Amino acid sequence: MSVHPTINLDSLQEIVERHGYNKNKLIAILQDIQAVYHYLPAEALKTLSKLLKIPLIDIISVATFYRAFSLTPKGRHVATVCLGTACHVRGAPKILEEFERQLNIRRGETTEDGEWSLETVACLGCCAIGPVVVVDGDYHAHTSIRKVPTILGKYGK
Amino acid sequence: MKRIKKFKNVEELKKAIEQQEAGRQQEKKKRVIVVSSGTCGQARGSLKVIETLKKALREEGLKDQVTIRITGCHGFCEAEPNLIIYPDRIFYQKLTPPDVRTIVKETLVEGRVVEKFLHRDPLTKERAWYENEIPFYQKQKRIVLGDNVFVDPTSLLEYLAIGGFRPFIKALTRMKPEEIIQTVKQSGLRGRGGAGFPTGLKWEATRRAPGDIKYIICNGDEGDPGAYMDRSVLEGNPYRVLEGMMIGALAIGAREGYLYVRDEYPLAVRHVTLALEQLYRAGLLGEKILGTDFSLDLHLAKGAGAFVCGEETALIASIEGRVGEPRQRPPFPAQKGLWRKPTCINNVETWANIPLIILNGADWFSSIGTSGSKGTKIFSLVGKINNTGLVEVPMGITLREIIYDIGGGIPEGKAFKAVQTGGPSGGCLPASMLDQIIDYESLTAAGSIMGSGGMIVMDEKTCMVDVAKYFLNFLRDESCGKCISCREGTQRMWEIVRDITEGLGRPEDLELLEELALATKEASMCGLGQTAANPVLSTLRYFRDEYEAHIYEKRCPAGVCKSLIRYAVIPEKCTGCEACKRACPTGAIQGTRKDTHLILYDKCIKCGACLEACRFEAIEAQREEAITIVREVKP
Repeated sequence: MSVHPTINLDSLQEIVERHGYNKNKLIAILQDIQAVYHYLPAEALKTLSKLLKIPLIDIISVATFYRAFSLTPKGRHVATVCLGTACHVRGAPKILEEFERQLNIRRGETTEDGEWSLETVACLGCCAIGPVVVVDGDYHAHTSIRKVPTILGKYGK
Repeated sequence: MKRIKKFKNVEELKKAIEQQEAGRQQEKKKRVIVVSSGTCGQARGSLKVIETLKKALREEGLKDQVTIRITGCHGFCEAEPNLIIYPDRIFYQKLTPPDVRTIVKETLVEGRVVEKFLHRDPLTKERAWYENEIPFYQKQKRIVLGDNVFVDPTSLLEYLAIGGFRPFIKALTRMKPEEIIQTVKQSGLRGRGGAGFPTGLKWEATRRAPGDIKYIICNGDEGDPGAYMDRSVLEGNPYRVLEGMMIGALAIGAREGYLYVRDEYPLAVRHVTLALEQLYRAGLLGEKILGTDFSLDLHLAKGAGAFVCGEETALIASIEGRVGEPRQRPPFPAQKGLWRKPTCINNVETWANIPLIILNGADWFSSIGTSGSKGTKIFSLVGKINNTGLVEVPMGITLREIIYDIGGGIPEGKAFKAVQTGGPSGGCLPASMLDQIIDYESLTAAGSIMGSGGMIVMDEKTCMVDVAKYFLNFLRDESCGKCISCREGTQRMWEIVRDITEGLGRPEDLELLEELALATKEASMCGLGQTAANPVLSTLRYFRDEYEAHIYEKRCPAGVCKSLIRYAVIPEKCTGCEACKRACPTGAIQGTRKDTHLILYDKCIKCGACLEACRFEAIEAQREEAITIVREVKP
């Protein structure tokens, strides 16, 4: 279980190098860091601040502005419920509530055992097949309250 | 994938196009199976369909006689996964891997059409044998989306095979920049991202702005929930967008540009990345393109999930690596944009129209549409509608034609209530507006906007107050917080509407909402705040009775707002099948097999699982009788 990974400074350096130590590439750099750790570890951001020579507070301000970034570790599995308009009118809020009940966490939280994170997204652009839920990158189409336990079951819950 | 070699001059590129086109002519003698495999298709299992198809063709010894083309989304998302067999254009839909085996055997080997996989019209129940017979496609004019069927989006050569880059060659060799701009101006093309600013004027302003360094940007931050045409174009035909940008760069005098694509669209990001790589390799991007003096660098920038970044100045801030907050305009990006240089920023669909306009001329384009709005528009027709999908229609078509003729009406025989256009900045239009024609001006006059083209259909089971609450919640979340009017206005409007949906509404709330809506509109700087009130104002304008039912009668007519309803069993309809009892997570349903069931209100959490589980429509949302009307201070 790698919820708290050790920060590999070489890989961080490598990411920053790939972007030519360019301050303007901050968002892309943060995306690459998040791709490695699934969140933005404080340690990594502190080092990044030194490498790019930008104040940590500026990095934090970007990292907290954009929804895609997380400052807290994510669970081993991530379930993302789409709350787009088309999914909404087809019952997405009820599906989100069912996930909250099944996992016993609220949206945006991670289970204590570090297995599951529950996220929401404004729209995935798959409106025709809604309500849509994405688990670990797999799209589940036409979900319903009853399908929630089955979906979770596929990933060992 | 065939390795692309560098085209040293225009002649070499022309030759390659001719070769590829000739290859297509040859291909027509063979059978070609087109499988759509965009994000929706893949979510519905298109990858497994393709795998099985390949295997079945091998097993039947047809591998060399049949070509498989894997394409992006064709727009008929309801029918995914689907395939079209050319040259006959037989259209099979909603397929599973075993179905594919049947098709290979019966249609390809034995030459028979398998009726059960054909499309059946939801209204007439008639089956359509061929793709062009399907009503969903008949009233469309698919000038932008139509080519998605003919190209594998991961291959530059496939794009050349449909005559790709002929428009670019024309612009590069036979047109002066001013002529290109003149053509775009004359075509009447207006921005497809929402506001509808004339594209040619934007180009001209950027070209005329002083300075040597200029930028172009493709806005692919399709943030409106319920709109996904840009994803489909980027996934299914990325080269057309890139070619549009190349022509734009020629006209404007830009040497560098960015495509800003949402991070939530992984397949679009992948296809754009691949396309950029191939264009550099082919010498169509980079230094001295095709041996001429024209050089252009295009880069991909991924969004990071902020709706406000669809606003052009916020998007520019985001490309610069900063927090995506909009800034005051003027100066407009055409004067001071990216890195404070003149910048032309257009939406994906706008760029995708450019090659067509250059190739076919301004008159061809302006012959489509209404006097003020030319060409076609792609809408995503979603929600409570039979034929969900992307529809590309000429401007000037009516809402009724889209919803009934193309969309096939509302499922389960329910009544149409409203259609929401324009995303969170748009509005909800009622049944009385169905004969409204669609163009920029008429939608604005009706209290909505064209926006990026989301069209969400709502039926009698949709609560319009809940819809207003939904959009306000979205907007208060996505407001960047720079203007107080937007930050606090959306928050406060949301609180009021939330209270109304919870039975805590007061008669004076409606006036207060209207007042707040006006203030938010007048005092906010960017489009997000200026239009944030539209969902409230349009629902108040057309569905005031629903607000009033919530406030005065503490009743949600559509049976959606949880605090105002309770679920009950209709004894006459209940068969005692126990399906609801099994579905109930709290054990709130009592009753033995074949006996009428009963819901215990103190245990019921109103999750709606019973309603979903019941096949006899024996569960209904009734008015909650015992509502204590107490206003309490909420956090």
